[in-house]
Amino acid sequence: MTNKRPNLHVEATGNETVVRLTGALLTEHLAEMERPFAQVSANAGTVRVDLSDLTAMDTGGAWMVTHLRDRLSRAGAEVAIDGGAQDQLALIRTVSAAAPDEEVQDAAAHSAWAWLEEWGKSLVGGYHNALSLISFLGQTLAALTRELSRPHKLRWASLVTHMQDTGFNAVPIIGLMGFLIGVVLAFQGATQLQRFGAEVFVVELISISVLRELGILLTAIIVAGRSGSAFTASVGSMKVQQEIDAMQTLGLDPVRVLVVPRVLALLIMLPLLGFVANLFGLFGGALMSWINLGVSPGMFVTRLYENTDVSHLLVGMVKAPFFALVIGVVACWQAFQVKSSSTSVGQRTTSSVVQSIFLVIALDALFSIFFAELGI
Amino acid sequence: MNVVETQPAGAVKEECEAVIKVRGLRNQFGKQVVHDNLDLDVWRGEVLGIVGGSGTGKSVLLRTIVGLNRPAAGRIEVLGTDVLHAPEAERRKVETRWGVAFQDGALFSSLTVLQNVMAPMREHLKLSQNLMKDLGALKIGLVGLPHFACEKLPSELSGGMRKRAALARALALDPQIVFLDEPTAGLDPIGAAAYDDLIGELQRALGITVFMVTHDLDSLYAICDRIAVLAEKRVLVEGPIETMTDVDHPWVQEYFTGPRARAAQVKGSRS
Repeated sequence: MTNKRPNLHVEATGNETVVRLTGALLTEHLAEMERPFAQVSANAGTVRVDLSDLTAMDTGGAWMVTHLRDRLSRAGAEVAIDGGAQDQLALIRTVSAAAPDEEVQDAAAHSAWAWLEEWGKSLVGGYHNALSLISFLGQTLAALTRELSRPHKLRWASLVTHMQDTGFNAVPIIGLMGFLIGVVLAFQGATQLQRFGAEVFVVELISISVLRELGILLTAIIVAGRSGSAFTASVGSMKVQQEIDAMQTLGLDPVRVLVVPRVLALLIMLPLLGFVANLFGLFGGALMSWINLGVSPGMFVTRLYENTDVSHLLVGMVKAPFFALVIGVVACWQAFQVKSSSTSVGQRTTSSVVQSIFLVIALDALFSIFFAELGI
Repeated sequence: MNVVETQPAGAVKEECEAVIKVRGLRNQFGKQVVHDNLDLDVWRGEVLGIVGGSGTGKSVLLRTIVGLNRPAAGRIEVLGTDVLHAPEAERRKVETRWGVAFQDGALFSSLTVLQNVMAPMREHLKLSQNLMKDLGALKIGLVGLPHFACEKLPSELSGGMRKRAALARALALDPQIVFLDEPTAGLDPIGAAAYDDLIGELQRALGITVFMVTHDLDSLYAICDRIAVLAEKRVLVEGPIETMTDVDHPWVQEYFTGPRARAAQVKGSRS
């Protein structure tokens, strides 16, 4: 192998500059040749690039030579390439024909205007996304009512599978989460309430906060992370594989086939999961109150029965279907936004979880204001 | 069985040097033996086409040579290095001397085409960012993609353009050997012919050796110097395509004298 390191000599004689290249001008050696090539300068006159001592050259080397030639000719010199073997000259011709005319532009500079432009683009993009999401919500609701009015046409097998995946299989994690919330509330409440000698109010603290807010809100957050992401990933990969296109050409409505069973499963299961979280929350709270504050289980149940109105439970439960709808619709909408690459499945899954959790919390805040105004 | 051994067309004997030498290769998956005692030589500067029926292990052979599949037995020498037993550093060195273009491109989907082409350079060469960009754009130009393709993501390209981009990435380090897996599968006849021309042109201009798994009879007639037929777990015959019709084997006969082969032959002799 003629793998001698390349070298570049410049000889200036009067009006003529000779650039003599020796050795093997290969891509693997280009790192050390970058500077010598960049340093060759000729303001005017003629430049002769002599390749006669070149033992080997590949496209990278040929590009260096053509680039040198173009740069010097732009500076006003007359450049000639000679001495190369026939195939080397042919390679230089091939390369200069293939090289793009325009310089490769750098990434746009981050000026204030570019920043403003980005900002405007994301604002308009957000507006369009919001419109698209709302129209998807409408589509889903329309399909849902149509399906529910003809229950014999509903895809029962699919519905039950999703109910098991999103609901039944989530019971352990939801139960554990609820239990821990109850424990934490009792523990934190106890240390504060003990200072006023009002330990017994820990029952109201636990029952109202779990039943009204925390039970259902945290259930929705876990379901968004657990099932929302699964919906986006699975339907999104179907989109990448063109399965959704195939469905459309077969006369199947993707919203009816894919979205309705998922959203319906969430609508049924999320209230039930919320109820499970409530039960475990109260249980955890009662256990901790007993151990830590000496509030006996009987006392806990009595105070719960006397001082906690059932309206708190209803206020909590009434939010569940709305959360379910938000999670299901956002997850499926994100899945339909997937472009034809596996990267976008990942991106969409992330935004699906983030968006649905954010929307669930925002919706919860709206409900709080609504119920406060109504005085419930 | 008569095995035809020939030199690449137009090459003088002493110039011939085997850049890939496979000896006694055996591949098996569970109980299913794909290759048994397979020998193959690929000569410097030739375009070798590998053909064979479905399941004869064409792609497995390619994957084995480039090190994606460990054979059960045998010896593989690429550019004089025993790739199966050489130390890691030496293997890496040989790996920079070949480029592989997979069937569906296998471009990194999160990178633009230009970044895809620059990825191997970034890893193996210590070039400045600008020079890498220029060289990357050059490779993209060499495979006949328009300049605007540089900034596109693979998902935004058509199948034919993806194949070209994959070839550009395979050429990134100016390799001596290029492996192509079904380069023209899924292309329309015009696109496939253009891709064939491109490979032939690049092979002549850059002096590379091309190892090509293909089913496309047009490609075989248009650009392959030699053909190796895989059957019965080994290379059944190898030689220029003209010699294939004389081989007395039912599969080879059917493949090279069937109606499609005759049409491709007419086309090949016309061009």
